[in-house]
Amino acid sequence: MQQEVVLAMLAKEPSHGYQLRARLQQALGPAGDAMNAGQIYVTLSRLEKASMVTCEPAAGLPDRPDRKVYALTAAGQQRVTNWITNVSWPGPGLAEFHLKLIAAAAARLADPLAIIDAQRRELLRRLRDAQRAAMAEPDRSHAALLLEGIVLRLQADLRWLEACERNWTGRKDRP
Amino acid sequence: MSDIDGSWVLRARGLRKEYGKEAGLVRAVDGVDLDVAPGETLAVMGPSGCGKSTLLHLLGGLDRPSAGEIWLAGQRVDQLTEKALARLRRDAVGFVFQAFHLMDELTAVENVELPALLAGRSPRAARRLAAELLERVLPVALSGGQRQRVAIARALANEPVVVLADEPTGNLDSAAALELLRLFESLHAAGQTLIIVTHDSRIAATADRMISMRDGAFVDETRLTGGTRGNLADLAGLGG
Repeated sequence: MQQEVVLAMLAKEPSHGYQLRARLQQALGPAGDAMNAGQIYVTLSRLEKASMVTCEPAAGLPDRPDRKVYALTAAGQQRVTNWITNVSWPGPGLAEFHLKLIAAAAARLADPLAIIDAQRRELLRRLRDAQRAAMAEPDRSHAALLLEGIVLRLQADLRWLEACERNWTGRKDRP
Repeated sequence: MSDIDGSWVLRARGLRKEYGKEAGLVRAVDGVDLDVAPGETLAVMGPSGCGKSTLLHLLGGLDRPSAGEIWLAGQRVDQLTEKALARLRRDAVGFVFQAFHLMDELTAVENVELPALLAGRSPRAARRLAAELLERVLPVALSGGQRQRVAIARALANEPVVVLADEPTGNLDSAAALELLRLFESLHAAGQTLIIVTHDSRIAATADRMISMRDGAFVDETRLTGGTRGNLADLAGLGG
């Protein structure tokens, strides 16, 4: 499990391990079915060693990882902020961006629509670069074919951003 | 024509367009400010119903704003009489629509020469101009986007100050859309000022500037010029 995702899911409030898992499962739907609980606790213990989270045993509950309460440190909070504003793409994939929007809205770190706008700016610049390069190549060249693939992918990503925009427009859980 | 220092050919201030009343009031365009530079290609993107087509109609004098000011080619547009507005549309604006809006009973050449004839050019001059424009936009034999290219030739017939295009690739397959993209690029290179309202990110990416619209207002603006090819390797999956 990517560290930033786990950190961002904690940004809303300190949580028990099982709450964190439930939040991720709800955000990911069937795409998260293959995610196992162990991965999350391994990531959490790494984050604890790196001083990104603190971990307190919950009073009156058995001392198991899912019963402990995890919270962000200042350094963890900073890392989440950096991740929210980072526009690298495609990176580890759609789920990461999706969770970025959910975590940003839940913890009131940023407006998901502003994140979508920033991402669109970045993707349109890339699309422009790829498209100019594609148009400069002779038709049916190998180079043009590869560039066409890049253009098509970016177009698909931009269409998904449109869907994200529609979904997050006018929602009550938006900050 | 433009203002004294030539920094814009089209300007809008506090532009609003409202439909309906009270509870049914819709603010289709809700306080838009815009400056378009000579030779600039501007793309306006946004979800359907965000007001981008209405905005284009206001800018081109096809519809009148509820409030706000528009200047085009050095003239205040929003206060013109119907007659003066019709003249301005004919002489200073070229329109391109998704549905082409060509007259089926006329040939391609007749469609293109029509605006020039309406503007009072001689039939011979209008015919010559139409032939030249068609040669410029139809360099090869027929393709899917031919009709749209004829529509663009017609939009150019009176050497408009600005060409306004509403979803120009909306009815085209991807090969025809690419041809149109190249055509827009060549118009841009020739210094034509162009405003394109579109869903198509490929068209938007050819612009100098892209504006995102939501609920009748501008919410984001991107300058697309000055890009580098540095990240193409990353995009192709060759990055480290």
